[in-house]
Amino acid sequence: MKTIKNIGQFTLFCAEHAFKGGKIFWGWIFFLVFLASMGLFTYIEQWRKGMVTTGLSDQVSWGLYVANFTYLVGVAAAAVMLVVPAYIFHHKEAKRVVILGEALAVAACVMAILFVSVDMGRPDRIWHFTPFLGKFNWPSSLLTWDVIVLTGYLLINLCLPGYILYHDYYDSKADQRIINGVALLSMFWAISIHTITAFLFVSNTARPFWHSALSAPRFLASAFTSGPAFIIMTFALLHKVKIFHIGWNIINLLAIIVSIAMQINLVMLVAELFTELYNAGAHSASAQYLFLGLKGYHNLVPIIWTGILLNLGAAILLMVKKTRENHKILFLACAMAVVGVWIEKGPGFVIPGYIPTPIGEIFEYAPTQVEVQVSLGILAIGGLIFTLMLKTLIPLKAHELGTNTSSHG
Amino acid sequence: MTKNKQIQDKAKRLSLKILGLGAAVGAGALASDSTGYPATNPEKEWGEHFQSHYTKMSPEEVKEAVARLERRYKSQYDKEIKVATTPPKEHVLFGYALNITRCKGYRECVKACTEVNNQDKNPNMEYIRVLELDRGTFNLEEASHYYSAEKEVPAPGKFYLPIQCHQCENPPCVATCPVEATWKEPDGIVVVDYNWCIGCRMCMNACPYWARRFNWRNPNLPKDKINPDTHYLSNRPREKGVMEKCTFCLQRTRKGEMPACQAACPTGARVFGNLLDPKSEIRWVLENKTVFRLKEDLNTQPKFWYFSD
Repeated sequence: MKTIKNIGQFTLFCAEHAFKGGKIFWGWIFFLVFLASMGLFTYIEQWRKGMVTTGLSDQVSWGLYVANFTYLVGVAAAAVMLVVPAYIFHHKEAKRVVILGEALAVAACVMAILFVSVDMGRPDRIWHFTPFLGKFNWPSSLLTWDVIVLTGYLLINLCLPGYILYHDYYDSKADQRIINGVALLSMFWAISIHTITAFLFVSNTARPFWHSALSAPRFLASAFTSGPAFIIMTFALLHKVKIFHIGWNIINLLAIIVSIAMQINLVMLVAELFTELYNAGAHSASAQYLFLGLKGYHNLVPIIWTGILLNLGAAILLMVKKTRENHKILFLACAMAVVGVWIEKGPGFVIPGYIPTPIGEIFEYAPTQVEVQVSLGILAIGGLIFTLMLKTLIPLKAHELGTNTSSHG
Repeated sequence: MTKNKQIQDKAKRLSLKILGLGAAVGAGALASDSTGYPATNPEKEWGEHFQSHYTKMSPEEVKEAVARLERRYKSQYDKEIKVATTPPKEHVLFGYALNITRCKGYRECVKACTEVNNQDKNPNMEYIRVLELDRGTFNLEEASHYYSAEKEVPAPGKFYLPIQCHQCENPPCVATCPVEATWKEPDGIVVVDYNWCIGCRMCMNACPYWARRFNWRNPNLPKDKINPDTHYLSNRPREKGVMEKCTFCLQRTRKGEMPACQAACPTGARVFGNLLDPKSEIRWVLENKTVFRLKEDLNTQPKFWYFSD
């Protein structure tokens, strides 16, 4: 009984802090609610009229939505880069901020799930997934695997910090064995969500651009680039506006992770470019379309090279100690990596898989305004979740540390 | 400041914030703009939303589901449409062979297919794609998909390769469907339950023959273009957001008729039949002609062969 009351009180405390803030905070929330509602109303249009309102076609049947989904799964997986040093190696600073990484994972998971949902032709039939009532084609269908690992990862990232914070709040002792066990599980789980998302594509033998053993490792490398890069940017901002003192130690550690992951990612890119283009046969038509253009069609060429240049630039800035440790340049490099990886792994990976079609037709794709607005709406929902979670977590962590950080109203 | 006033103040601030959020939602609605496509969604009985998977329904439930569909089609299209549930015959496995020497690229098969299968019209959804290739090559990526219908065919120096669903024995589309909305019937035909498909398009990614089509909108099916002779698993009218495909005209072939594409072919290039019947024409072709299958290396084991004279 007491536990239930305690949980209630704890939830109340969290909710109270989530909605406390000044003009800037409410301005930011207003902006996000605007985008989210625009996305929602646009989605209603898509729902009523069908997916003809998107730029998708029988030729290119996945586009911007799935591109965002793929990218965000990677961002979610990146929380593991804080979980491991915090819980396994007991890195002090990592321990203080790991919860922010987990909050990001939650927001990214929710966005990923929303992006898959808006890409479905019949989201009203989602109950067909439920065992017994519906039919769940596991283990044959990779999408069922993705449903399992994504919801599982979402739960892990809600429960682990929830468990720790609850005990922190009441100054009671959390069971370290439970924490270690779940942290270890979340480590493997993070790898699995991204590997399985890659397998969603790799399993299609008819599409040689995706059907490559390198796809899953490249997904991981790019995830461990863009995820921590995004975390660095959030940390730097929080630090800058003096909401939460992060400590540059952990930021520098993350910067090294981003730097190494980006270098591995680029090595794999070169390997892929060589394999696809040195003896360019029919199997490399998609890669030719992406990097060089094919038979006069080259919508993606300027986009992918922008992405590659951004990644290359970020890699150089991160490799050199002097620029990496300059916090302004680090911020810039991280922003470059976030955008560069989005291009490379979002549209740069999903779309060329469809061009040409398995029977050789070239039909290009460009997203419509509907897709762009719905995507912005989902990103705003993720932003809302992340913001509100941060608002709750920071005073909680302050409470734990006994430091007096702001919770101004 | 009295406590009362404090509470009043708090309430005032809160209501301002709520008003602000409301304004944000309203502004979002205005910014969402309209797309110009018509929304013509059929009215459905509740039962249709909650009916089970075709293979999970009892015979009574199937009967109910069919009656419900026929009622809906009647009110939607103002026309009596029969939905059959003819089961597969025993000892029948359908197969197809196509003589590429005889095919002249007239695309009569494409036309006939759209006339009997109730696909989306204008632009027409087509299950069969006829490729025009240069003689001396077999590279699909060099093929012409949209050779002009006005130009005379066969064009000099060209040959023609019609592609449709190959009804694979090891279908990757079936393996990849998360909800088993598509499956292989005992007579070898890969079908879709249009009331079960969730529209994720995984099967579309998996198909090596680009044989699957998606309803990006509610199909445009004028009353006079409807074929009222339909089957639950093939040509009954579809709705938006679901997948469909060639079923070798299951509504005809299970009754012993020819598929529409074969019936329409003016050159007799198409041979359809029961692979388990040693006296069938298709068996004669497989045993006496040099046949090949498209992308056989992918191990999907298509039941669609090509041969030449």
